[in-house]
Amino acid sequence: MNSRIIIVNLIRWFILLFVQIFLLKNMGFYDLSTPFIYILFLLLLPFGIPNILLYLLAFGTGLTLDAFYDTMGVHATACVVLAFVRISFISISLNRDAIDDPEPSLSYMGFQWFSLYAFLCVIAHHLVLFFLETFRLTEIGYTLMRCGLSCIFTLLIIFLVEFIFYKRTSR
Amino acid sequence: MRNLWIFVSRYNAFFLFIIFFLIGIYLTVKNNSYQRSVTLNSSNEIVGTAYERLNIFKRYLNLGMVNDSLAAENAKLRTNLLALTTVDTAKDVKIVDTITNQQYTYLAAKVVKNSVTLRNNIMTINKGSLDGIKNGMAVIAPQRGIVGLIRDVSEHLATIQSLLHKDTRISVTLKKNHALGSLVWGEGNFDIKKAFIKEVPNHIKMYVGDSVVTSGYGSFPAGIFVGKVIKPNVATNDNFLSGELNLATDFSTLQYVYVIKDKRAEEQKALESLVKPNE
Repeated sequence: MNSRIIIVNLIRWFILLFVQIFLLKNMGFYDLSTPFIYILFLLLLPFGIPNILLYLLAFGTGLTLDAFYDTMGVHATACVVLAFVRISFISISLNRDAIDDPEPSLSYMGFQWFSLYAFLCVIAHHLVLFFLETFRLTEIGYTLMRCGLSCIFTLLIIFLVEFIFYKRTSR
Repeated sequence: MRNLWIFVSRYNAFFLFIIFFLIGIYLTVKNNSYQRSVTLNSSNEIVGTAYERLNIFKRYLNLGMVNDSLAAENAKLRTNLLALTTVDTAKDVKIVDTITNQQYTYLAAKVVKNSVTLRNNIMTINKGSLDGIKNGMAVIAPQRGIVGLIRDVSEHLATIQSLLHKDTRISVTLKKNHALGSLVWGEGNFDIKKAFIKEVPNHIKMYVGDSVVTSGYGSFPAGIFVGKVIKPNVATNDNFLSGELNLATDFSTLQYVYVIKDKRAEEQKALESLVKPNE
């Protein structure tokens, strides 16, 4: 069971990063909307993961992305923020002892919870990402627009992926 | 310590977040030339502004020193001016060496201690015998007005018997008609802005607004402005006129004074001592 989770997550990590780096990196609408699907990996990590491991994974994933995007530290920071939002949201919205689902995915948690969860995590990640990239407040309007449109794009792809791999029987 | 540890472990998500977030920011700023330049520039701006502020503060602290140097420069310029204006042209000299003919020199001094509230006021200045100050020298205020006479001198300090002292009598004249009188302070009136001109001959008419200047008979050079008459012709019981005048000197805010050195003071004293009293 445990090794299965690890293998599943590893495969997911490779696939998501592969898609992100070799496909989505070259996509974008008028330089305004860029999807970052790789954060789905962080969203779908199992509930029982220790915080330190979650942060390390987030940081490492971010750094890997940074290596390909040539933006040292930007994605890593954004992923760390995402991890923090994830931990906070889960601890607020779910009773820690009552969690018997393995991972916070759409098929286990239902559309309503998952959409809010994904929305918060994605928007936190994108805000930090775009503001770190811009690194100034003078172009705040443009940055916010990029951030918002990218959020929509990312969420769209995340839901697409989640619905594609939806396990009807498990709920 | 244990409580602290419990606190940290309970909110470990937050603390870990802070740590990783800071590492991320650090990596971002360190490795991306654009972000680094923005950060460095803004911090440079902050540092620059801070230094500017500090500079203003420092300048303020140095004001004293600047004042000293300015006062010294003023004294020098005034000395030069005197050299130009007080040349004794009646003297029969072929080569006009203005320096040798100059009778008075100014020396700037800072008031170390001042008093205006007593009946007999004494000030202290920061120049003494090493600077060539001697007993009896005249002291004037920087802008206009007189201050008093040097009383006691130590190596680095000197006291001034201010005009606001019962023993100070200074020979003055009315500027328009050169009528002699003597300047005294504090006979029934201890206002530091007012003094009396006394012993003016009876036939002189004094008017409000008459300028009173030093006569040049004492240690003071002639023509230094003392004040303006505000209450003329105060009758006294003797055969002289008195007048009340507004002093030009503001004793309460005095910070710098000029000590006037008279080159011929010794000579004059020696000469006058030949005249025996009651001769």
